[in-house]
Amino acid sequence: MSEDKMITVQVMERKVKVPPSLTIIKALEYAGYKLTHGVGCRAGFCGACGTVYRMPGEAKLHFALACQTVVQDGMYLTQIPFFPGQKPAYDVTMLMPDAAAVLKVFPETINCLGCNTCTKACPQDLEVMHYVAASLRGDVEALADLSFDCIMCGLCVARCPAELVPPHIGLLGRRLYSLHVLPKAPDLATRIADMDGGAYRDQVAELKVRSAAEIKTQYVARDIEPE
Amino acid sequence: MSYTPAMRESIARVEATRAARLDETYPRLEHEEAQAVLRKYHPDYVAEGMRQLRVGPNKGDRTPLELADVLEAAPVIQPGMVDLDRVDLETDVLVVGGGGAGASAALLAQEHGAQVTLVTKLRFGDANTMMAQGGIQAADKPSDNPAIHYLDVMGGGHFTNVPDLVEALVMDAPYVIQWLERLGCMFNKRPDGVMETIHGGGTSRKRMHYARDYSGAEIMRTLRDEVRCRPQIRVLEFCPVVELLTDANGTVTGAVLLNLENHEYLVARAKAVVLATGGSGRLHYQGFPCTNHYGATADGLVLGYRVGAALSFLDTMQYHPTGAAYPEQIMGQLVTEKVRGLGAQLCNIDGVQFTFPLEPRDIESAAVIRECVEHGKGIPTPAGGVGVWLDSPLIDLKHGPGTVARELPAMIRQFGRFDIDITREPMLIYPTLHYQNGGLTIASDGSTGVAGLFVAGEAAGGIHGRNRLMGNSLLDIVVFGRRAGRAAASHAAGVALGHVTLAHLDAWNQTRAAEGLDGALLSPILLPDYTRHDRTPLAAPVR
Repeated sequence: MSEDKMITVQVMERKVKVPPSLTIIKALEYAGYKLTHGVGCRAGFCGACGTVYRMPGEAKLHFALACQTVVQDGMYLTQIPFFPGQKPAYDVTMLMPDAAAVLKVFPETINCLGCNTCTKACPQDLEVMHYVAASLRGDVEALADLSFDCIMCGLCVARCPAELVPPHIGLLGRRLYSLHVLPKAPDLATRIADMDGGAYRDQVAELKVRSAAEIKTQYVARDIEPE
Repeated sequence: MSYTPAMRESIARVEATRAARLDETYPRLEHEEAQAVLRKYHPDYVAEGMRQLRVGPNKGDRTPLELADVLEAAPVIQPGMVDLDRVDLETDVLVVGGGGAGASAALLAQEHGAQVTLVTKLRFGDANTMMAQGGIQAADKPSDNPAIHYLDVMGGGHFTNVPDLVEALVMDAPYVIQWLERLGCMFNKRPDGVMETIHGGGTSRKRMHYARDYSGAEIMRTLRDEVRCRPQIRVLEFCPVVELLTDANGTVTGAVLLNLENHEYLVARAKAVVLATGGSGRLHYQGFPCTNHYGATADGLVLGYRVGAALSFLDTMQYHPTGAAYPEQIMGQLVTEKVRGLGAQLCNIDGVQFTFPLEPRDIESAAVIRECVEHGKGIPTPAGGVGVWLDSPLIDLKHGPGTVARELPAMIRQFGRFDIDITREPMLIYPTLHYQNGGLTIASDGSTGVAGLFVAGEAAGGIHGRNRLMGNSLLDIVVFGRRAGRAAASHAAGVALGHVTLAHLDAWNQTRAAEGLDGALLSPILLPDYTRHDRTPLAAPVR
């Protein structure tokens, strides 16, 4: 690409010229970085590449995933690949789906100021403060639902003035909700009981010894459940 | 960033046919026709993309050029380079890899009494598991059973799968779903607790369980949290294995790790090693973009192969039919098969449907390539590529407004970041490198032909034959992760820590020399090299 079409991005204190179509991750690699931190799945699912940036002349802080965000001229950025957050060990089967469980594992949750800084930092656009509030109300259904799309990048942890770790609160909430509130799948329990009694063992063992040609005939003839 | 004017013209044609297509079912390809399309258009059949291996247990077998290069390469370390007497850690079971298979193996090995250490190249959970969107198969509905699941798996794999492994997969499946349910993994359920299930490509029953379109992420987050809730399990991040260690008999007795933070080598002694290192999409076979994690570089295949473990189905890779073809920034990234599972169809530049939307993945990919290459009905992209439409707005028409928003939040977000609203506009897609169908040969307990070495997950081969069905990988990693963890713990219980040597490398070096292999490439490569090396000077001096 010709020099005049390049844009300038400031990575921490270093200015680099990069093509304007690149994502932040690819721009860093274009600028000569070999990344081991601040990079993961490169598709927006793993939360490794949380990034903070400002634009020229703006006070506003922006939050993004470096693998899903295109560079802009003048972008002044740093990656926050890791931020310390306490994560106590717990036995999810011994906790109840309520506010007491959340406060037992993460007592600092009570310190939430309701400032909504976490929500502003979320690159997934989740209502982080609302799910933290739900955890304090003991509404684990809302906690699980609102936190579900969290990729645990930790940007909210870095920003929280009350020193909370919202991604871990959300995860605890989802486990408690799934384990203790959602009804167990009845079909699954029946199937397991049957299989414990030996169901399908012989049927599958018999398929195993059939020739590929026989299996193919059976496969082609199998009925297909309608939509 | 949204669509170009030329694309918009084609989208208008897709919109014009949409109402008529709503009730249209494109027929599945008959078996023989499907085979013909595969042979003509699937990348596995591009002869110049493969070559024979010149060394190792699979000498003479064909495999993609890029994989052959890393399998035949020189080791990162040589005998004498690392002081093996300075041992940094000792453990019963060393799990290599921090994805779903590794986490499952660690949990089961710990439950079976072993002291467990899990080491991983980047962060714990940085893995293809985290990126799997669509779902996990298990025959647990009244209309279904493991024998039907068995048939579907075999058909998807073109009847080449290893029967013992398929039996393990389908018979463990309901137990795996229950295990995950009891760990608090949040599957989509109806109010009465019945799991929501849909079809995937090549399934004859609706057995795809899911967690919105973050299915793999939800499983990975849950397993990782459970590992972290068991402080007995040690986790070491940013420490990939660069070589396995063996005793005089060739039994695996440990590994050499590379600390990526300070570039020091660490010596680990273990009674059993579980390789759960995942796939190899980042080798970019035939130049394809991929859906895989940054670290998917075939490390486990290289490590196992050098200590004498054989590989299976080396010559078949999975190309996912629906990788993003536009915008360029997300090219090759996964568009989940769940989009088609919910009813979206594939259309060409004229807005005409050209394939059954839920063929097994290899056939569907070949059909898309045929439509673009043979029929010339693809939609060109500004970057010089081509794609076809995945008509996602059909989903809300079929299942009611709000379905896409509820079922595909990750996809909405991914395209929404580039100003494309998939509830109202189709997505442009093209096949993308997705999965390594083959891998290290295992028995149904994850053991290999090498004593002390176990394998689970995408690094293992044989379960899926020549083509894996959607939803059988999230299943496979948990089924065989659990099995390998259990078997490794049981093996570890019966042996003492062994001598650690790099003796196997002497034989390896001799074989390479005999074949005249003297390339500079070292493997495992650990990460792809995306860094631009011909850099221009700084835009401005730092002040």
